[in-house]
Amino acid sequence: MATQTSINVSHLSKSFGSVEAVSDLSFSVQPGQVTGFLGPNGAGKTTTLRILLGLVAASSGSATFGGQTYRELPRPLAMVGTALEASSFHPGRTARDHLAIYATAAAIDRTRVDLVLDQVGLGGLSRRRVGGYSLGMRQRLGLAFALLGDPRVLVLDEPINGLDPEGIRWIRAFLRQLAEEGRTVLVSSHLLSEVHQSVDSAVIISRGRLVYEGSLAGLESTARVLVDAPDRAGLVAALRAAGAAIEQVGAALSVASLGAAEVGAIAHRAGVSLSLLNTEQAGLEDAFLALVGAESPPGGVPATTERIPA
Amino acid sequence: MNLVNATRAEFSKLLTVRLWWILAIVLFVYVGFTAGLLAGVFTGLIDSTGDQLPAALADVHLIVYSSASSIGYVFPVLLGALVTTSEFRHQTLTPTFLANPRRGQVLLAKVITLAVFGAFYGAVAVAASVGVGGAVLSVTGGDAMLDSEDTWLLMARAVVAMALWGAVGVGLGAVVPNQVAVIVILLAFTQFLEPVLRLGASVWEWTARLGQYLPGAASDALVGASVFSIAGPGGPSASTMMLEWWQGGLVLLAMALVATAIGYFTTWKRDVT
Repeated sequence: MATQTSINVSHLSKSFGSVEAVSDLSFSVQPGQVTGFLGPNGAGKTTTLRILLGLVAASSGSATFGGQTYRELPRPLAMVGTALEASSFHPGRTARDHLAIYATAAAIDRTRVDLVLDQVGLGGLSRRRVGGYSLGMRQRLGLAFALLGDPRVLVLDEPINGLDPEGIRWIRAFLRQLAEEGRTVLVSSHLLSEVHQSVDSAVIISRGRLVYEGSLAGLESTARVLVDAPDRAGLVAALRAAGAAIEQVGAALSVASLGAAEVGAIAHRAGVSLSLLNTEQAGLEDAFLALVGAESPPGGVPATTERIPA
Repeated sequence: MNLVNATRAEFSKLLTVRLWWILAIVLFVYVGFTAGLLAGVFTGLIDSTGDQLPAALADVHLIVYSSASSIGYVFPVLLGALVTTSEFRHQTLTPTFLANPRRGQVLLAKVITLAVFGAFYGAVAVAASVGVGGAVLSVTGGDAMLDSEDTWLLMARAVVAMALWGAVGVGLGAVVPNQVAVIVILLAFTQFLEPVLRLGASVWEWTARLGQYLPGAASDALVGASVFSIAGPGGPSASTMMLEWWQGGLVLLAMALVATAIGYFTTWKRDVT
């Protein structure tokens, strides 16, 4: 890994007709770690990844690898490895031929084909037609395609989907290893539990918008304090003076960085009487579900999380 | 990621699934059978009419040999349309465009590849029509005319026509990416609609003038002979109205280019989801 490359998504939006799949999405992915790209099904993960890879045109905004769009990369497959879905194969073609075709197209040495097939554990099955492959084997072949160009950046869409427990353990270790080699690894999933053991940081989106970006540890400690006061402006001022991160959640304020006792003390010193003070003890999964709004009633108004400008 | 690599990749795509040689075998059998049948029927006709040959039957051998393309042209179009639509059907456009994001280059590589495969199909079809048809002509007392320059010229033009048809198939597949739809359209048009239109067009002179621009008619013009040229109800004057051979070639080439361009702008450049 001579140089390292980050992924930068900036104010990205995409509409399909009247449906806005991605709206004003910005985040970045750093090299040397595994980043989870999380959100419920239909949150816009795949659309974002496909825009990043030049397969779908953005309505506005940009998505680049170290400043260059996928189409601008001189040798895209040697820079970015991609596994999108487990079905992009001609069933009548062998795994080996499948990879050889794209190695040829991208001017990648043919010796890489057998190498990556061995790497993902398909070495002995590479001369079989893909039509006879199980879902797990297809996932591995997809991963082999991603590794074909020995890329610095890996973009993997739901790579764990359909793998058996042994395969899941294998891919987790594999992702770790890739990140330790200094590569940038972005892994999407709709299940936090699926990836939380293997990712260092997370980008969480819901309904096409960013709802969290940061370390997984930070997500876990979002045991937030819900607080409110008749004099909300006074409360906000007092909390902000104390350095608290405040968000408006529904009808209350949410404080992520302080405990309930501290919030109460700050309000007391500022002479603000509280109408609500409650600790919301959220585990990782709860924090995730709260962020993506999975608990809001179907068809109902999504819980709006507004960021109060600092 | 240049046109040479892109074309080599497209060749590999074709050669690594079974479709191409299955179609080639069917093509050989189909054209060989048809050419043999035509040769038998024509020499039978000549025998029964003695030396009083109808003018249109003077070049029996050319009509027999031209079945390579006049009957066989559906195979390269079908191959081109099938390999193009299979990219949509099996979602292989995703890895294709990941390996080479220059989509125009990929489509051009496909056109080149299918033109070469079309030429190969042309060689297979000519081998069938000349091999079987010529053998039947010889056996039944006709003349295979293999030493005639016209025969060899026709064989060469049949190969060119089949190459162009392969390119037309790619364009068609890009315009109609639904594989079932494109097969139905292709078979309905080439096997039913166009023969009927050509027969109908040969009734009057002004329709015949239009009819010569029909794809199959243009192809036959390029090749220089066709069984259709003697089958018209309007008699030789209307039914033998044909474009010059090079005009026929240009009509086919234009069809390939226009279809490919339309396909590029409508489906090929679209979001791959």
